[in-house]
Amino acid sequence: MYLGKVIGRVVSTVKDASLEGRKLLLIRRMPQGPSVVAVDAVGAGAGETVYVCRGREAAFAFKPQEVPTEASVVAIVDTVEREL
Amino acid sequence: MLLARIVGTVVATRKDPRLEGKKLLICRQIDPDGNDEKGYLVAVDTVHAGFRERVLIVQGSSARMAQGCKDTPVDAAIVGIVDQVAQD
Repeated sequence: MYLGKVIGRVVSTVKDASLEGRKLLLIRRMPQGPSVVAVDAVGAGAGETVYVCRGREAAFAFKPQEVPTEASVVAIVDTVEREL
Repeated sequence: MLLARIVGTVVATRKDPRLEGKKLLICRQIDPDGNDEKGYLVAVDTVHAGFRERVLIVQGSSARMAQGCKDTPVDAAIVGIVDQVAQD
């Protein structure tokens, strides 16, 4: 799992049936990194810092429905505290 | 999930029986602006995507959750055709 910033949205009309009604967000890995498309599970919006879950576990956010995704936004970050 | 553009097709006669009838497409990863990035991958098509279309690819074991890919030897599946990428 990693932190990312919502930098945009992806619109798709023809898609897998279990992705219907799901929001597809464009996420940039923080502090800098590649952008990925993640399925939103929490209602995140533009510019927000989010917590992204990757891999097979990303689909667990939508249980019992089986959503074909390997990246999901599972939390909206309020604050991050760290040393250094 | 990855953004990619379809750049070709793959034909395979001898293959795992569970892959029969599935379309295999060569995809080139792109950035949100549509510029090509490094690397190709072969993905199974589940949404009837065509040449040069921008698509969404799901990788890894989650690809098996795409329609018609249950219990198949697939680790990359095309699950959506991209209409638009809106950047903030």
